[in-house]
Amino acid sequence: MLTVSTTPVALKALTFQELLLRLQNFWAERGCVLAQPYDMEVGAGTMSPDTFLRVLGPDPVAIAYMQPSRRPADGRYGENPNRLYKHTQLQVILKPPPEDIQDIYLQSLEAIGIRLREHDIKFEEDNWEWPVGGAWGVGWQVMLDGLEITQFTYFQQCGGMDLDPISGEITYGLERIAAFLQDVDSLYDVVWAVDPKTGKQVTYGDIRLEEELQLSVYNFEAADIGKLWEHLRLYEAECQALLDAFHQQFKVEKSAERKEKIHDRLVHDGAATPADEDMRRALRRFPVLAAYELCLKCSHLFNLLDARGAISVTERVAVMARIRNMVVGVAKAYAQQRQRAGARYDG
Amino acid sequence: MADLLFEAGLEEIPARMIAAAEAELTERVVELLRRERLLEEEHEVHSYSTPRRLAVQVNGVRRRQRDATRELTGPAWNVAFRNGEPTAAALAFARKAGMTEQQLRKASVEEEHLRGTDLNSELLNRAEMKSKLEEDPNGETRLFKVTSAKGEYLAAMVRDKGRAATEVLPDRLAGELAAVYWPKNMYWRPLKVEFFVRPVRWLVALLDHEILPVEFAGVHAANLTWGHRILHGDAPVAVDHPDDYLGVLEAAKVTADVKLRRYRIRKALDAETRAVPGARWREDQALVETVTHLTEWPSVVLGNFDPEFLQLPEEVLVTVMRDHQKYFAVENAEGRLEPYFLAVLNTHPEETGIETIRHGHERVLRARFNDARFFWRMDQKTPLEDRVQMLKSVTFHKELGTYWDKTQANLKIAETLAGLLKQRGIEVDQSALLKGVELAKTDLTTELVKEFTELQGIVGGLYARAQGLGEKVAQAIYWQYSPAAVEAPIPPTVEGQVLGIADRIQTITAMFSIGLEPTGSKDPFALRRAANAIVKILAETGLPLVRSDLFRAVPADVSEETQKKLAAFFEERFEFWLRDMRGFAYDVVNAVVAVRSDNMRDAIARAEALTAVRGSEDLAAIAAAFKRIKNILRQAQEKGILQPRQDVGALNPTLLADPAEKALHSEAMKLAPVVEDLRRRQEYREALEKIATLRPHVDLFFDKVMVMVDEVALRNNRLALIGEVLGAFSKIADFSELVAA
Repeated sequence: MLTVSTTPVALKALTFQELLLRLQNFWAERGCVLAQPYDMEVGAGTMSPDTFLRVLGPDPVAIAYMQPSRRPADGRYGENPNRLYKHTQLQVILKPPPEDIQDIYLQSLEAIGIRLREHDIKFEEDNWEWPVGGAWGVGWQVMLDGLEITQFTYFQQCGGMDLDPISGEITYGLERIAAFLQDVDSLYDVVWAVDPKTGKQVTYGDIRLEEELQLSVYNFEAADIGKLWEHLRLYEAECQALLDAFHQQFKVEKSAERKEKIHDRLVHDGAATPADEDMRRALRRFPVLAAYELCLKCSHLFNLLDARGAISVTERVAVMARIRNMVVGVAKAYAQQRQRAGARYDG
Repeated sequence: MADLLFEAGLEEIPARMIAAAEAELTERVVELLRRERLLEEEHEVHSYSTPRRLAVQVNGVRRRQRDATRELTGPAWNVAFRNGEPTAAALAFARKAGMTEQQLRKASVEEEHLRGTDLNSELLNRAEMKSKLEEDPNGETRLFKVTSAKGEYLAAMVRDKGRAATEVLPDRLAGELAAVYWPKNMYWRPLKVEFFVRPVRWLVALLDHEILPVEFAGVHAANLTWGHRILHGDAPVAVDHPDDYLGVLEAAKVTADVKLRRYRIRKALDAETRAVPGARWREDQALVETVTHLTEWPSVVLGNFDPEFLQLPEEVLVTVMRDHQKYFAVENAEGRLEPYFLAVLNTHPEETGIETIRHGHERVLRARFNDARFFWRMDQKTPLEDRVQMLKSVTFHKELGTYWDKTQANLKIAETLAGLLKQRGIEVDQSALLKGVELAKTDLTTELVKEFTELQGIVGGLYARAQGLGEKVAQAIYWQYSPAAVEAPIPPTVEGQVLGIADRIQTITAMFSIGLEPTGSKDPFALRRAANAIVKILAETGLPLVRSDLFRAVPADVSEETQKKLAAFFEERFEFWLRDMRGFAYDVVNAVVAVRSDNMRDAIARAEALTAVRGSEDLAAIAAAFKRIKNILRQAQEKGILQPRQDVGALNPTLLADPAEKALHSEAMKLAPVVEDLRRRQEYREALEKIATLRPHVDLFFDKVMVMVDEVALRNNRLALIGEVLGAFSKIADFSELVAA
């Protein structure tokens, strides 16, 4: 910590919560809607429907949210200073990405007190892929003095579908950045908050260490494998039932059929038939989003089973394929829903 | 004469792709200028790149294309004109040649010029016409009649007036940029307009001072480029003339010349290392290339780490520094690591900045080393021997089962090979070998290998040593993946060599058995590399194993068809190795393997001997004669005189009539046992030299004796004689494969 400086940000490194607030502010000022973390277990901010589903379709998106991300196999009982079962991402999605998105991103680093001229910054190739989601993109890991602080991705495909327009995704690793700013060697020593009156510090360890320890114990030792499998089976069955119902009710139109319908509509002075109207209403209220939540449940259970060492080689490939089918199926259903029902009701 | 500059500004290009793209764009631009007749004879080409740009500068570009002529053949003469009037076909052709109807009617169709001439003089006249037209600055398209073997046609010598470079180049330059190959593309504009490596953000296209209106990906070229992202900031800088390009960028904190950047990085590495007495940075060309392509304005900072970490194996430390952090290792005069590292920065920081940056890099490396140490300690809690069962949950291949299954198969093969070697007097520590094979894959379950996959095998070896499993076991595991590349060394111990062979034989056989053999350029499981490694180990060690031994070790349930494929695959790999790795001439290789190639060491010795003597005139004559013998025998078969593969019948010495055939026979009889004796002792060179002494007799024989005479007994006896000579002296190499120098 520098003793003399004119800039207030350099006086004192940001606490963990200040870091989050600053970044949220920064992106809010640039037109992002600040969403809250998705209230379910996800492995990465990308899996939140605010990213995974919103990047589909043509509607513009500018959204930012913090997302705790759980990766059971990464747990280290709180013993490793650099590894966490649950870490915190700040996720920004911009669709379409502005041309100066890299510059805006660099400004966000200034906003959290990183004086760029005093650091070594590189954009190094790092492409992102989530096979289970049929999703991939190209981009970089942003290296700050040798530390990977951000994953920067131009999404290309999601749910097996080409995206048009594409989205730009910026994912900040908040713990790493905080430890860098505060110059501490253990994530658990990161200062989370300082009481403005007493100056009393609360650390990341104070808030999270017990959770890391106990959840590691659960993930690696205590979780009941039989019950995990049972949960997985139940969630999967429910998700699959929803998807089946969806397909039964709204069979995917061949593009020729759709063109014909559009043609009909144009010929008959643009008025939709009452049957069309009913169908659209039914489509709009179909719980595709719930089906996606069930996918997230399955994905997390799979990760738990994996951490537990309970998935055999043959099972692994098969289960992943099943989850992929569900996730991709949901993404396709969502796209269909938005395309045929969404636009009309979007006010 | 003018100078051209073309720069494409992009968001950061992946470092691994830049060099090839720079070279390709340059080649494309130069080729474009040549094709468009815009390149002066005397010209200079420069190419530049940074993570954010590719640029080509060509000095010596014409402002206007050279005029050119080209010939167009039109409709048949009797179709083109009816009653002396041009038909619609003629008119259409004239339009294609760039003439109007009036011009066509006016044009003196130069009939007399070519009528009745033969093909050659016609060509001559046409060439004359072409060169005349090219020399005449006011030359215009001319029509003429061409008489060829196919008939008479209307033709045109078209005069193409050169267009201005500013008119020709813009679209073409955009086309060449768009055509550059990238290993991985993206799209970014709505409707997926173009695929390119990363979004294009600016273009510079200048012909001297003039902007060429190139447009690509919605970006319009100007004379503005961008400097260093951070140090120069957001404002573009103007390039007035192509020759200013490097200077303007240098002022904006970008060194666009790759060679210069590389040189500066090396100098800076040297300079920073001087702070550590007696130390040097560990040379690493690949890493120098990477950091050169990751930076626009490089500098180097020296950092250090706690010497405590030196207790971790060097392999781990170097992997962390090089592969994960792109840092250079620092070593002392003996090549041992010093607790320092060098990071190449994409900036020249001020003094306070240097300290901050050094501190940052040290912090990251410390965390990485801490992780490695943590993993090392964690891994020791479960010794390798306890990990064998864990392999049951590590997939080898989804159709082939787990690494545990593979280990069981490897054990059987290794055991068989060890048995064969023992029989042949090679000392193998069988228990160390089998222990090594059993544990070879267990490091796949360790945290350290999960973190640093490139260290598989090496980590296993280090752990085996740390866990007191003995040096032989440790070495065998450590070296199991070596040689990964053909240049790499082979395992130093016999146990390691056998382990390496067994593991690869198993992989290759298993993959072949489920139809995953390499095809064409596709070899996803790197089976060719695996086979190359086996060949290299066998060739360099001289282990007395022949190729069929390798297959003997393979499980019996491999189908016959697969076995055939395997045999052909190994044969092909061995020939590749002889030719491409050992540099034997292809005909020498063919001659050697045509005899047999099962024993690789032996085949190499024969190839060496043949290479040494093949230059001699005598051997060349023998080769020619043997080729002739083969032809005679083949023709005899084709004519039904001999059945294929049928023996010629025994030679009857009493039937030998001509002195020349008698001489050949007696000389061959004398020589054959001598040669055979030398061959048995693998004194191939001496044997070949002996064979060469047969030459005068062979020459004389073919000079004086006719083999295919009408008299059946005589003819068959002569066929038997040459067949015998061929057979007796073709056991080292099939000389008929040799190509005359």
